[in-house]
Amino acid sequence: MTLVFETLAWLNDSARWAGSNGITQRLLEHLAVTAGVVLVGAAIALPVGITVGHTHRGRTVVAALAGAARAIPTLGLLTILGLALGIGLQAPVLALIVLAVPSLLAGAYAGVENVSPATVDAARASGMSELQIIVLVELPLAAPIILGGVRAATLQVVATATLAAYVADVGLGRYLYAGLKTRDYPQMLAGAVLLMILALLLELLLSAVQRAGRRVASPSGSQLPHHA
Amino acid sequence: MKPRIFAAALSAATVIVLSGCSTSAPLNTAGTNSKETFVVGSQDYYSNEIIAETYAQALEAAGYPVERQLRIGQREAYLPEIEAGQIDLVPEYTGPALQHWQPGTTARLADAVYADLQEAVPENLRVLEQSPATDQDAYVVTREFADRWNLTTIADLAKVTEPLTLGGNSEGETRPNGPRGLKDKYGVDVAFTPIEDGGGPLTVKALQDNDVQLAIIYTADPSIQKNDLVVLQDPEGLFLASNVVPVASDDINDEAATLINKISSVMTAKELIALNARSVDEKLPAATIAKDWLTAKSLI
Repeated sequence: MTLVFETLAWLNDSARWAGSNGITQRLLEHLAVTAGVVLVGAAIALPVGITVGHTHRGRTVVAALAGAARAIPTLGLLTILGLALGIGLQAPVLALIVLAVPSLLAGAYAGVENVSPATVDAARASGMSELQIIVLVELPLAAPIILGGVRAATLQVVATATLAAYVADVGLGRYLYAGLKTRDYPQMLAGAVLLMILALLLELLLSAVQRAGRRVASPSGSQLPHHA
Repeated sequence: MKPRIFAAALSAATVIVLSGCSTSAPLNTAGTNSKETFVVGSQDYYSNEIIAETYAQALEAAGYPVERQLRIGQREAYLPEIEAGQIDLVPEYTGPALQHWQPGTTARLADAVYADLQEAVPENLRVLEQSPATDQDAYVVTREFADRWNLTTIADLAKVTEPLTLGGNSEGETRPNGPRGLKDKYGVDVAFTPIEDGGGPLTVKALQDNDVQLAIIYTADPSIQKNDLVVLQDPEGLFLASNVVPVASDDINDEAATLINKISSVMTAKELIALNARSVDEKLPAATIAKDWLTAKSLI
């Protein structure tokens, strides 16, 4: 129990929240790394996943690649990239993007692919271009599943972004490493607790977004959004 | 939300339980040391295991039965075992051992540390002669950087007019031999960047890239030689001297002690680095490395 109280005391010390090694700064850094990685990951994975889902082509290849990428140990990848790129944020950010892409990709192609072919055919028959079909029909209907992928990727990245501190002076991982090596367990546990809270808040936020997406996908009263 | 809160509480509880485990003794082999058999132990560190193997094989060659308890764990795990008489002989390092038995020690340089250590060991133990081989943290720079600024000691860093960054494990930031110690003892200002691989390849790469100019690497690490790094001398004793020293129980008789002292005197710093290099580069088992070395030095 003393550990719990020491952890609370550690968190409760207002001096620890300010400054360049302060909790506020570390939380913001951690959030920025997470957001940046998920955004870049989405910019790579969503177009590919949506194309695969829309054309029903290349699914096997993409699924195999995504599955293989999931099996890569992020710390190992970080070390290899670090040896090539040197220390700093580049190596952890790249390793985290590799971590984020499979979930984003799976959400994107599964979501788009699962839109009923009858609906897509109807849209095509009514004269929509392929781009219009994707943007106006498939994406709204696939939104809950795509956002599910974003949610999964965000959770993985926020939890693993502690690795940024392996080679850079960034993020909540600093508390974990510093605490681990000096047997300062209150500091370590405080870092873990902060990380859990951050992850839970992101979960709450993204599940709300996902619910909103579901309302877009099946709004009460009409089956399909009408195109302009 | 309920299951998630429960899961969070469960993981917190697991952390607490696990952190409690780390202090329990790893060995339960009570009563294995009869008078005839010497039990040789070692730290869970490849270099320490090689040294322990040289002790074990030299004792065996002299006709003593030896039982090995190698790679037991870290200091907190094996020193209680030797204090309790479960282990008879273990290679230690003067500074860290002194700090274990006398946490408030102010001794820093090799001879003072060794002298204090002889006083500090518990009743039933003694330290044999210390070896010239050291294995301690040290500040290293690249050869190029050392030549450019003409550096041989840590104090020379004061001549460097560019901003300096130290790279090392995050605990280095707050330790007395980190940036604070550099400022207090040598008046050198450095920034700090964490590189959590304990002076491994990422640290070397950061030095070579000039992302950091200074790093902490063990003096017996073969990568210092391999990468042509320069160890800065430490005249003020920022780092506690850490010479290899055997800690022995009273069961180790004078004849056995003489054998081990012989090994300690032959094993210079260079020899130890060469032994470590065979482990790192050739991936040979400790027993083979020790046997080859003892044979080459005509110690068995």
